[in-house]
This record gives sequence, structure tokens and C-alpha cells, in this order.
Amino acid sequence: MSGAGPRENIFPTRMALTNTKLRLKGAQTGHSLLAKKRDALTTRFRAILRRVDEAKRKMGRVMQLASFSLAEVTYATGDIAYLVQEQAKTATFRVKAKQENVSGVVLPTFEVDRVPGTDFNLTGLGRGGQQVIRAKEVYAKAVETLVELASLQTAFMILDEVIRATNRRVNAIEHVVIPRLENTIKYILSELDEMDREEFFRLKKVQGKKKRDAETAETQRRLLEETQESVDITPELGGGGGDLLSSKDEDVIF
Amino acid sequence: MATSKDRILLAVIGDEDTVTGMLLAGIGQVDQRQKRNFLVVDSKTNVPAIETAFEEFTQRKDIAILLINQHIAEKIRPLVDKYEQAFPALLEIPSKDHPYDPNKDSVLKRVQKLFGE
Repeated sequence: MSGAGPRENIFPTRMALTNTKLRLKGAQTGHSLLAKKRDALTTRFRAILRRVDEAKRKMGRVMQLASFSLAEVTYATGDIAYLVQEQAKTATFRVKAKQENVSGVVLPTFEVDRVPGTDFNLTGLGRGGQQVIRAKEVYAKAVETLVELASLQTAFMILDEVIRATNRRVNAIEHVVIPRLENTIKYILSELDEMDREEFFRLKKVQGKKKRDAETAETQRRLLEETQESVDITPELGGGGGDLLSSKDEDVIF
Repeated sequence: MATSKDRILLAVIGDEDTVTGMLLAGIGQVDQRQKRNFLVVDSKTNVPAIETAFEEFTQRKDIAILLINQHIAEKIRPLVDKYEQAFPALLEIPSKDHPYDPNKDSVLKRVQKLFGE
């Protein structure tokens, strides 16, 4: 009963019992709270998963369109790759990180932050300027999709990690902490019962010993009385009751 | 997450067309030390160079999203699969010559593992 399973190394007293019971209650509350958190996160996680999947597929189409528009540019102006790479100086297409809170977990979301102006004012000046502008727009749209996807994916990674940690905690409480506290309570209870029984037995023993002592004393006294009676039979004959105070009874202490 | 506020740039490792397109959209940034946030990978670029760039981009503090062409990610797949940081977010994108294959994406692989498919 008490030896089964691991338990806290604790001295079995009533106070320890109260404390352990409180801790067990705390553990149970914590368990239910964490389980709720896990459920909330998992719901969110599933939603994000679905959107990640969708967005990834959408990205394929968007990128295809974008490549096509770049092909148009190449057709109209010739190869602008080198020019573009050399002219790139400062980013006009940036992202801003915002934070979202899902049951205590901070999820970052990226937002597109475009600065007007461009490094490529002269690109396509000779010919194909229109195509270049169109390609710019299409690519900007594509990158917007990618940014959206990236924030989903980041949320996915963080949520994944947090859900795992929460799961570990829930399981640890459920399978390690609570059983151990329960075992401790059982152990303390059984030890207390055992002590009760011991105490009861001890009292019985004491009582039995006292009874025996009293009996021996009684028989001794009676024996003494009898011998006294046989000796002092003559003076008591006329006296009747006799004086109790005059005779010393050794059982009477005071 | 104090650092996520400073992450404002996108980085790209890709073939010439992809990088050109992204730069047209305006993501290119060259800092004072002539460090770029993009890498053009062609047939002559060797794998260690891609790996170095990948390491560099993932360790930079101002990059929020790292875009990488899937066929290039394929070349440094062990590195990509091992990458688990939240920042910068790693995104595998299709390129013109290599259509997107969801089965190769390291994130989608994890998604599928989670769904138990």
C-alpha cells in the first residue's frame, strides 16, 4: 500500500499530510489549466497548419506568374539582371514585426512596410519600361504573399515548440507528480494509522500491567489481612467495627 | 522577442531570375561594408559558398525572412533540415525552372509528420 511507487521523502506527520494534500490540489489545478492551454494552442495550431498548407500552394502559382512577367521584361529589354544587382542599394520593401498573443504565447506576425521610391529609376529607360514596372508590381505582390506565408510559418514553428513543452509538462504532472503525491499521502496515512494502532496497543499493555499489579497487591493485602485477622482475632471480637485509622493500609497512599 | 522588432529585411538566396525579380520588388539592401542581403547562385557557385551565405543570413540580426529557392535548398538540405530557429523565418520558394514540390519542403515535411500522413 505505502511502498508502491515512488514517493516524497518526508516525515509522516499530520502537518506533512496537510501540506501534501495542498500540493496535490495545486498539481491538479495546474494540470487542468495546462491541459486547457494545450487545447487552445492546438486549436490555433491546426488552423495555422491548414493556412500554411494553402499558402504554400498559392505561392507556387504566384511565383509562376512573377517569373513570367520577368520573362516579358527580358524579352523587351534584354538581360537586366546584372544592372539590377548592382543598383540595389537600400531596401524599399521591408517588413515590420507585430506581436500577437495566444494564451500566453507571443506569436510574431510580419507586415509589409513599403517605402516609396526605387533604386531602379533608370532601368528599362531605353525600352521595356512598362514591362519593368509591371514586373516590379507583380514581384511586390508575390513577395507580399511570401511575407504572409513566412509569418504563418514562424507562428507554426513557435507554436509547435510551445505545444511540445506544454505537452511535456501536462504529461509530467499527470504521470509523475500527481502519482507521487498520492503515494506520499497514502504513505503518510498508513504510517499514521500504524502509529495509532501502536499507541492503542501500548495503552492496552499499560492497562493490563496496571491491572495485574493491582491484583497482586490485592492478594497480598488480603493475605496480610488474613494473617493479621488470625493473630488479632481476640481484640476485635468485642470491638465490632474497630478503628480504621489505627490500622495502616499500605494500598492507601495518603 | 525584443529582437524581432529590429528584423526588417528580407534576404534571398536564389538563381539569377528569382533574385532579379525580388530586387525589382525592392528588397535589396547593401550596407556600408558592401554586404548584400542576396546571393545569386548559378551553375558555377559551389556548395560551400551557399552554405556560408546561408549561415551568414541566418545569423544576421536584421533579417526577418530568408527566402531560398527550393532547388538550392536541396543542395544544402542537411543544413536546411537542421535549421529550427523561428527567426529568421526560412521559406523555400519555387524558381522558374524548378516547379514547387511540397514533398521536399522541410516545413511541409514536418506538417505532414504532425498529421501522420
